[in-house]
Amino acid sequence: MTALLETRELVKRFPVRHGLTRRLAGHVTAVDGVSLRVEPGETLGLVGESGCGKSTVARLLTRLERPTEGAIRFAGQDLADLDETALRPVRRELQMVFQDPFSSLNPRQTVRRILASPYQYQGLAPDEPVERLLERVGLRPEHADRHPHEFSGGQAQRIGIARALALRPKLVVCDEPVSALDVSVQAQILNLLKDLQDEYGLAYLFIAHDLGAVRQISTRIAVMYLGSVVETADRDTLFDAPAHPYTRALLSAVPLPDPDAERARERIVLRGDLPSPLNPPSGCRFRTRCPKAADRCAAERPALRAIAPGHEVACHFPEWNEGNDQHSPEWNEGNDQHSPEWNEGNGQHSPERNDGNGQHSPERNDGNSQHSPERNEGNDQHSPEATP
Amino acid sequence: MILYLLRRLAVTAAILVVICAASFAIFYLMPADPAQGACGKACSPERIAEIRATLGLNRPLPVQFWDYLVGIVSGRTYGTGAQAVNCPFPCLGFSFQTDQPVWPMLTSRLPVSISIALGAAVLWLAVGVAAGVVSALRRGSLWDRAAMTAALGGVSLPIYFTALVLQYLLVVKLNVLPYPRVVPVTQDPAGWAQSMVMPWITLAMLYAGVYARITRGEMLDSLGQNYVRTARAKGLPEVTVVRRHALRPALMPIVTIFGMDLGALLGGALITESVFGLPGVGKLAADAIAGADQPVILGVTLFAAAFVVLANLAVDLVYAVLDPRVRAVG
Amino acid sequence: MTLLTVRDLTVDFGSGIRAVDGLDLDLDTGQVLGVVGESGSGKSVTSLAVLGLLQGATVSGEIRFDGRELTTLDQRSLRRLRGDRIAMVFQDPLSCLNPYYTVAFQIAEAYRAHHRAGRREAHKVAVRMLERVGIPEPERRARCYPHEFSGGMRQRVMIAMALCLEPDLLIADEPTTALDVTVQAQILDLLRELRREVGTAIMLITHDMGVVAGLADHVVVMHQGHAVERGAVRDVFRRPQQPYTRGLLACVPRIDGPLPHRLPTLEMTG
Repeated sequence: MTALLETRELVKRFPVRHGLTRRLAGHVTAVDGVSLRVEPGETLGLVGESGCGKSTVARLLTRLERPTEGAIRFAGQDLADLDETALRPVRRELQMVFQDPFSSLNPRQTVRRILASPYQYQGLAPDEPVERLLERVGLRPEHADRHPHEFSGGQAQRIGIARALALRPKLVVCDEPVSALDVSVQAQILNLLKDLQDEYGLAYLFIAHDLGAVRQISTRIAVMYLGSVVETADRDTLFDAPAHPYTRALLSAVPLPDPDAERARERIVLRGDLPSPLNPPSGCRFRTRCPKAADRCAAERPALRAIAPGHEVACHFPEWNEGNDQHSPEWNEGNDQHSPEWNEGNGQHSPERNDGNGQHSPERNDGNSQHSPERNEGNDQHSPEATP
Repeated sequence: MILYLLRRLAVTAAILVVICAASFAIFYLMPADPAQGACGKACSPERIAEIRATLGLNRPLPVQFWDYLVGIVSGRTYGTGAQAVNCPFPCLGFSFQTDQPVWPMLTSRLPVSISIALGAAVLWLAVGVAAGVVSALRRGSLWDRAAMTAALGGVSLPIYFTALVLQYLLVVKLNVLPYPRVVPVTQDPAGWAQSMVMPWITLAMLYAGVYARITRGEMLDSLGQNYVRTARAKGLPEVTVVRRHALRPALMPIVTIFGMDLGALLGGALITESVFGLPGVGKLAADAIAGADQPVILGVTLFAAAFVVLANLAVDLVYAVLDPRVRAVG
Repeated sequence: MTLLTVRDLTVDFGSGIRAVDGLDLDLDTGQVLGVVGESGSGKSVTSLAVLGLLQGATVSGEIRFDGRELTTLDQRSLRRLRGDRIAMVFQDPLSCLNPYYTVAFQIAEAYRAHHRAGRREAHKVAVRMLERVGIPEPERRARCYPHEFSGGMRQRVMIAMALCLEPDLLIADEPTTALDVTVQAQILDLLRELRREVGTAIMLITHDMGVVAGLADHVVVMHQGHAVERGAVRDVFRRPQQPYTRGLLACVPRIDGPLPHRLPTLEMTG
């Protein structure tokens, strides 16, 4: 079995024009070598703060934008260079849900027409009545003849989801689907997405800045910073034993709705601002704000490499606890679940495999020896950079 | 910034050449024969052929156009020998009907047009912006509705109607103003102002209506901005809130259209000048059209276009000074 | 000591829209009161009502600030209070700062609205405040325009502007909602620190239970213009009495603790 969606070293650069002259000031690398994979029926959460490139990734995967470099394999086909005609059959299986439900629904059309449009585009006859589709997303059949403005934000997002589901896709890319909604409505939409996944075996790429929402829905999570993935892990590992300093800071910044826990916890407050993507720092992109930054971080850009099966980190000095073992009981079985191709599959994605090493992380061998002492220190002190 | 200015000037020149080409093509492809126009009614075919040769009308159109461009930059001479007519730099053509080069015709008319345009501009800016601001601040009040109705009236009344009503009231009935005539401002400022009042009011009525409506809309927009709420939350006096935080942003779009309008008017207020018989550039254009004096029509068109294009450039530069976001990265 | 007392506050927007319906609030000097609720709960309208900044609305009830009744106060006296004794920080710092003026000018302007001070003196105050809220190179940054700042820096500017007159009460309306989570942490840290050092009371309006948990002493949960629950933060979070509060706490997906397959949802009423 192969991945449903797989990207390799995806790059997107946008020209930047400045000032009165609109002269070309350079390029912003919005997405800088992102490799992701989504298995059938799973949810990959993609988190990061604004400007990290996560929405651009969504637009590349759904081919609303053309990647500058890299490959996108979806159900065995490379999408990166397909034209609109060739993409049409692909769109049947690859759909998108947007952040703002109202601006993504045509205000002049009735719900019935909105939900019929995917079929029209594909030249297909609807295989189920609109009323049935509405019921699936928790709306009532009589809603079919209303216009988007007659709905609340949550209901409108349900319509957006119904439109994405109309063609029974295999993968739905959800770009911040709940961040425009009230918290109580967010919960309903998250539940709906989960129910639909259980029912239809959908896979999601769930893009959000809200770590709580991502945890709730994802099976695996990738964290992005300034255009690159800095850490990938299964959900529990990421939240219980984050290894990248950025992930750790991100998690520690999320306020907990519990006064005692919130006041007692160690908080890592990052210094300064996100560097300009126009002029990113040399070496590790995160080093300017990283509590552990060292000379090596400026000189050499860390590659994404595995510190445990299924747990990849792009850091020269990852935080690595013995706790990892405790927190990921599926260490062994997990392999089979999450990456069934572990043994026969492609080496590129599991660098800790022998054949993969040389290809993907050339500095891997010496890197290991350097990192080991660091790991031990880290364990003892737990998190020396945390400010109490 | 200097580099930017040079580039913009180059672009401006290019635009003018394109406008030049377009107007040239239109005027010289029209059925009316410029030579016929230059010769007058009783004209022998030999005479026409002679004029055609003098004007270079028998040569290919691109060559004529090139000659015209060269003339603008360095002047030119029409014909040869005793009949040669010199048209010094900048030669925008030669009117054989009036027997003089177009450029001095334009420049001699310019002071009148400038007088009319500037005076009217001051008037319509003051009235229009003030009315718009007050309307926005008292949205929905009697004043607002009255001002906006008046503005609509000002916009929709044709100039010749306004002009005639004004003349009837102020000159004929009340006898408070003399009939408009040319009084150079340098000789008799008071007389100049008196003679210009009616053209000013006529033009200002038209534009003030437009400006009042735009100002009102922009003010309502900026009054609803969050930074105006912030200004109030800081405890600033309401006058400061309105002037500093609402009016200044609201004036930005006004700067744009004001530049354009003024540029267009400097190139001649055709109807107003004609109605009041004031010899400005617009009147020149009207007369040239009536007399089918093509070199003059072409010259006025280019002249007016140059004002609009230069006004455009000026607006962009002013914008860069006024809006820090545009200024930001040079 | 009681700083702000709101009694039976009702705000009508005409045509039968009642945004706030009989609300009571109490805030002591130097304390932080969290006002939580979803959109439409009336929490932001309440904050604007306190400052007298609501336009086109009918406000009734009592708003007593430091012994003075604000609802009946004349515009002039109200203006003197604003900025000087009650300051406000809003949600979206980009739209709340005027793009045409430097940040120092906008801070100095607040200072000069209440102090006889020359331009130069006010500018110095502005630079000092920028330094105070953690803007690096305050001298240079003072002459920048809001668009040259990041979101977090802009919110720091807003806070500097609000605190330059050392107000007794700071109303912070969703001060971190438009910010990224790591920047939110910086701003919340800053608010904590300023509260400790300046002793300003804060009315913290937010939809985020986590933000309240970390900063507030007391909390009022609002729903449809009413206060459905109030109390000390620990009590309300530990033992919420009302189903709405319980639902609001439970329906937010958390980054810690057990993970339910489905989230409990609030049954929407009305």
